Amino acid sequence: MASIQQGSRLSTFAVLYRILARDILVAMRRQSDVAAVFFFFVIAASLFPLGSGADPKLLSSMAPSVLWVTALLSCMLSLSRLFASDFSDGTLEQMLISSQPLILVVLAKTFAHWILSGLPLVIIAPFIGLQFNLASESLQVLALSLFIGTLALSLIGSVGAALTLGLRGAGVLIAILVLPLYIPVLVFGAGAVTATTIGMSPQGALSLLGAILALSLVFAPLAASIALKIALE
Amino acid sequence: MGFLNQSRQLVADNLSIARGDRLLFKYLSFSLDNGSVLHLEGQNGSGKTSLLRTICGLSKPLEGTISWCGDSTDVLAEDFFQQLLYIGHLPGIKEELSAIENLEFSLTLAGLKSEQASIRNVLEELGLKRCMDLPSRYLSQGQKKRVALARLWLQTSPLWVLDEPFTALDVSAVDMLKQRVEDFASQGGIVIMTTHQALQMQVPDLVRLRLNS
Repeated sequence: MASIQQGSRLSTFAVLYRILARDILVAMRRQSDVAAVFFFFVIAASLFPLGSGADPKLLSSMAPSVLWVTALLSCMLSLSRLFASDFSDGTLEQMLISSQPLILVVLAKTFAHWILSGLPLVIIAPFIGLQFNLASESLQVLALSLFIGTLALSLIGSVGAALTLGLRGAGVLIAILVLPLYIPVLVFGAGAVTATTIGMSPQGALSLLGAILALSLVFAPLAASIALKIALE
Repeated sequence: MGFLNQSRQLVADNLSIARGDRLLFKYLSFSLDNGSVLHLEGQNGSGKTSLLRTICGLSKPLEGTISWCGDSTDVLAEDFFQQLLYIGHLPGIKEELSAIENLEFSLTLAGLKSEQASIRNVLEELGLKRCMDLPSRYLSQGQKKRVALARLWLQTSPLWVLDEPFTALDVSAVDMLKQRVEDFASQGGIVIMTTHQALQMQVPDLVRLRLNS
């Protein structure tokens, strides 16, 4: 029988990178989940211009809120899957007793979730924005605000996903838990775009959005890892 | 096997464990040194799995402490986890990934570099030659168990905690696993395992512990 080889150890960064890469690989083998989130955003956001008539002024004034609300909802759609499959097949147990602190593992998984659900929205949103008669400056701010905002949404959502792990009706519970915490992100995210459309500087709203991201980067992985430990006890 | 020669000790001191509101057992103490195999016996629901999960640090005991080489495992945390190999009821295998990818990831979580060649070798010897590149959802229960157990041949951990390692395995796999545990213990490893089978093992120090509810 082959013998144990005394392998050299991986650095923390290498372990986290591989956790992230593996989450993306698993998602790519199950593409329908990722595609569903993406197309929900595209379709839901595209319905509004069709339903509200062709008044360009009305469209551009409602664009920030419509795009941001649909982005927020589609981010939430995929939250319940963040830890659920690792929980049901026992991988999460192994992550709890892995060589790295759980908080960093959670951070890597949350970042993978953002790459799969947030980043595609950031890329496609400016194209959807064109349907709403947004100026190119507003489109840039829209992409930037979504970039910062969806990162915060994924981080905050990870706490909700960890808290509802293994419960029945987790999807609805996550929404109830997480939506109130999403409101500041929505206010300042949509606020930044609205400011640009009426000719004001989006800087204030974007700074506040950045502050929310910094705050959730510090506290969300901590809260989520504590919740995971409780869920698995 | 230099890394197993170092003297190590796992001590449980006055453990009391409860599951929900039910007290499973009180004031359990034991000490395991290099070469010890602790075989936990007991009826269903007597607390075997709870004890194993507590030793791993997955759940907290009501009272008592567990220490590894003199330090509490609570304090050691990741330093203890690096020395520990736990295989529980759930195999920890992703259906979307192949056996090889799953094992590579298990080794990554343990903080170890993995070589595909050595993983292939071990899987081949475990009789999984033809299905190691297939997505794991095509594997049978026993094959999945073999994939999970392949870590015992790949990982360098001086402490093994195995929950029902023999279930779902066929006769030849049971023999291979028994042989592996015997080799590991005689080299100085420490094993804690539960099983319902009567075990005859040639190891330096076999401790049987029966949990009664």
